[in-house]
Amino acid sequence: MVVKNNPNKCLYCGACVGVCPVQAIVLKDTRIIVDEKKCTSCGACVKMCPVGAMALQKN
Amino acid sequence: MDFWFGERKMAFDYDVVVVGAGPAGLEAAIYLAKEKVNVLVLDRKQEIGCPKRCAEGLSLSWFKRLKIKPNPDWAVNVIKGAALYAPNGKGINFKDKEVNGYILERKMFEKHLAIEAVKLGAKILLKQQVVAAKRVNGGVELDVEVNDEIKKVTAKIVLACDGVDSLTAKMLGLNTKLDLKETDSGYQYEMTGISGYDEELLHIYFGTDVAPRGYVWIFPKRGGTANVGIGIGAYEAETAKFYLDRWIAAQPGLRNGSIIEVNAGAIPVGGFLTKMEADNLLVAGDAGHMVDPIHGGGIGIALEGGLIAAEVAAKAIKANDFSDKFLSQYTKKWYAERGTHLMRRLKGRHLLEQLTNDDFNYLVGSINMDEALKIGNGTLTAKDKALLFTKKLITRPGLLKIMMKYLAE
Repeated sequence: MVVKNNPNKCLYCGACVGVCPVQAIVLKDTRIIVDEKKCTSCGACVKMCPVGAMALQKN
Repeated sequence: MDFWFGERKMAFDYDVVVVGAGPAGLEAAIYLAKEKVNVLVLDRKQEIGCPKRCAEGLSLSWFKRLKIKPNPDWAVNVIKGAALYAPNGKGINFKDKEVNGYILERKMFEKHLAIEAVKLGAKILLKQQVVAAKRVNGGVELDVEVNDEIKKVTAKIVLACDGVDSLTAKMLGLNTKLDLKETDSGYQYEMTGISGYDEELLHIYFGTDVAPRGYVWIFPKRGGTANVGIGIGAYEAETAKFYLDRWIAAQPGLRNGSIIEVNAGAIPVGGFLTKMEADNLLVAGDAGHMVDPIHGGGIGIALEGGLIAAEVAAKAIKANDFSDKFLSQYTKKWYAERGTHLMRRLKGRHLLEQLTNDDFNYLVGSINMDEALKIGNGTLTAKDKALLFTKKLITRPGLLKIMMKYLAE
């Protein structure tokens, strides 16, 4: 499992970046970029996201 | 500016690089530029002050404290009080004759700060992504991605004001990660064509169905426009958007309005970082979790945090000492001037989070606004407490127990 960002829902607020325990997420201007090698699929960003734009998916 | 480090003469591009052009970073840049410190402000976005992650309220006390004059270009509405609503729809409110706060237009406010900083001698660059940071030769070297190139920028001190998504401090070894349990998930619409509320009051709606472990707010701008938002515990099953949409759909004055802006963001309500500095590094604003633990507001706190950080940074530049030890004055000064006082309010939020819908209904029906404010601020006197316990809470043992525990701590 790995976390994926849905850019169609995302408001690029960076909430997911702040709660990621392994710094696997970066907000670059209007894009959320997930480093799938670093992601531990803990789901913190999924819980945090105000609009449901982060989801755990099979890689 | 050059200085001697060991045997080698080191030159840095800037004395201070501020990462993040929000209220904290820009207020810091204004102070540093005034002090003739060579300062650069970097922001990753294409526009300052936008998109906001904010309800834009700033109370008058912050204007006084920070010696800022409200300017109608960015202070777009006056606020004279607040109204609190229980789940049953009943409310209590207070309204002063005098103005006691303003609603800002953040994109104008921050541009105003940026222009002032540049007039005083600061430099600002946009669309600059800090991708790496390391300590080199007694200072910091930042790798900044600009277009498709990596540019090196060196400084004696880095001031990380890069918001809840801050990575700069983490790159320099200071963990600013947000604890999910102590962070609210925020969502907001700026709406227009809405009505049915007093535009001179802040409106706060409580209830476990309305906003579990948080609240819904209406922060009015003028003429039927307002920020309508929600903050909830991050570990709720549904999203903040779900709760806000459901609530608005049930409000006759709001549901037919138009949305002119959609905002979101994490709200770090769990109290400030205990250590806000490291060698060559200071952290301020949301990056340092500088938000009021009860209401989640952070503009004033970020401005003051940025200012105190800048004062210490300017001193450090003059003393040519950028060590953790020297810079720790910042954390000490912050806690002495604001932090310790505000951390008391963390207990107030933990109290609010335990209240049931019945508790909210009962409290709004029995206590007055003065008591509500004193409970929030932790400033109830012994007489207030006696009255509250023996006359008002005595019939509700569960609530009494929660309140007594809170007040005894």
